[in-house]
Amino acid sequence: MLAQFLQFTMSGLTVGAVYAVVGLGFTIIYNASGVLNFAQGEFVMIGGMVTVFAVAAGVPLPLAILLAIAVAAIVGIGLHRLAIEPARDASPVVLIIITIGGALVLRGIAQLVFDKQLHKLPGFSGDTPVNFLGASILPQALWVLGGTAIMVALVSLFFAKTMIGKAVLATAANRLAAQLVGVNTSVILAISFALSAAIGAIAGILVTPITFTHYEVGTMLALKGFAALVLGGLGNPMGAILGGLLLGLCEQLSAGYISSTYKDAFAFIVMIGVLLVRPSGLLGSKLAERV
Amino acid sequence: MLEVKGLTGGYGRIEVLHGVDAHISAGEIVTLIGANGAGKTTLMRIISGVQPLIAGKITFEGADFTALAPHKRVAAGIIQVPEGRQVFRPMSVEDNLRLGAYRRKRTPDADLERVYAMFPILKDKRHLAAGGLSGGQQQMLAIGRAIMGNPKLLLLDEPSMGLAPIIVAQIFDVIRQLKAMGITIFLVEQNASAALAISDRAYVLETGRVALSGPAREIAGNADVRKAYLGI
Repeated sequence: MLAQFLQFTMSGLTVGAVYAVVGLGFTIIYNASGVLNFAQGEFVMIGGMVTVFAVAAGVPLPLAILLAIAVAAIVGIGLHRLAIEPARDASPVVLIIITIGGALVLRGIAQLVFDKQLHKLPGFSGDTPVNFLGASILPQALWVLGGTAIMVALVSLFFAKTMIGKAVLATAANRLAAQLVGVNTSVILAISFALSAAIGAIAGILVTPITFTHYEVGTMLALKGFAALVLGGLGNPMGAILGGLLLGLCEQLSAGYISSTYKDAFAFIVMIGVLLVRPSGLLGSKLAERV
Repeated sequence: MLEVKGLTGGYGRIEVLHGVDAHISAGEIVTLIGANGAGKTTLMRIISGVQPLIAGKITFEGADFTALAPHKRVAAGIIQVPEGRQVFRPMSVEDNLRLGAYRRKRTPDADLERVYAMFPILKDKRHLAAGGLSGGQQQMLAIGRAIMGNPKLLLLDEPSMGLAPIIVAQIFDVIRQLKAMGITIFLVEQNASAALAISDRAYVLETGRVALSGPAREIAGNADVRKAYLGI
């Protein structure tokens, strides 16, 4: 009984961690530029696919991981420069559609450059499950959770302690004022796309040994990451993390106890339920401001 | 120090400035007065580089700044306090001030203390979000943020707009202090009489053209200016 609950919880947290990172990536770009980037899931796909193919080509795993992160970051910057920046003054809806177009292009390229097969990586610390109170836990799940926790901590530090992080926040708060204090806002936006792509890729790499990867894996991840974001509260990084973990838990617990056929539906039903009660999300900010 | 020649600019196809010539010498306070829509803010934005110009030339300390990116103008010492304060509302007062020094190599703690000495209320509220400050405090913060950038030429766009008279007096007092610190100031003000009283020279902008320029005292004494802008 407990073992089963632990099992479902653990797999929920593992999946949820990936949603959380995708949601965090959404938040970083949304906060800096006001764009909801639906190509966010493709960064996760690129992270997994590039690592898989680099390893298959004989590149040692740590190097393959760095390569995948770099490729994703470059793709992120390219997406900003080629697709978002030229349409800077377009309305938010147009920008969202542009990112969806970007996602389709990236998926198409991945299909050509790589292939249409499912791929997996060996677990970083082996694939032998560890027994914990009767539940069998993959060591890779601990990599996912630990890696996510470290990424979240580093991203928080980046925004709280570094001048560049603060410049990203300043650009988000008031782009004109940021320009007037000397922030080069187009560089800042490129940095936020690169950062968001890099963390997405890391999540993709960490989770590939458990969930496999595929050129189309980004579609559902972008939707789930967005759901996590909305659930937690748009624009709040901690909200995205909380939303992601909750969504993962809902999904796996409902799949385990009720039916796995409807696990995607359960996740979205929970989201709709929360939004009916709290339209601004769980941690949605209601900052008191004087005008 | 700053010279603009034949500046033409606007928004999209609407031309707001039609060939403006002006210059500002080091150490001066120069005021720009004009009715709403005359192009005062547009001129400020073009000097800062946040709005492209259609034609004309900007020279700063002998160098051609016409096509320079805004962040490089800030590094060179042209710093603007924009209309409506434009503080970073969700960020703390101290973060706002530190961001003012974004283009400088070292973290200028001495300057931070200088700003706090000038505006003690900002020190009291340094950990609070800037969006929660009153209008006058936000204006002080916006000026403090500009001082953190170590300006040579400070562009002040409507610093007294919407503020209580006692705060306005305080802001004008600060502008005088800034001049005493050796900062050159280009001031746009609706409150023309107060602005002219502290200025060395003035320009009157009418529908995108310089209608009048000269020593501030002369401008303040001009019959048309008195009728149109000073309400006398």
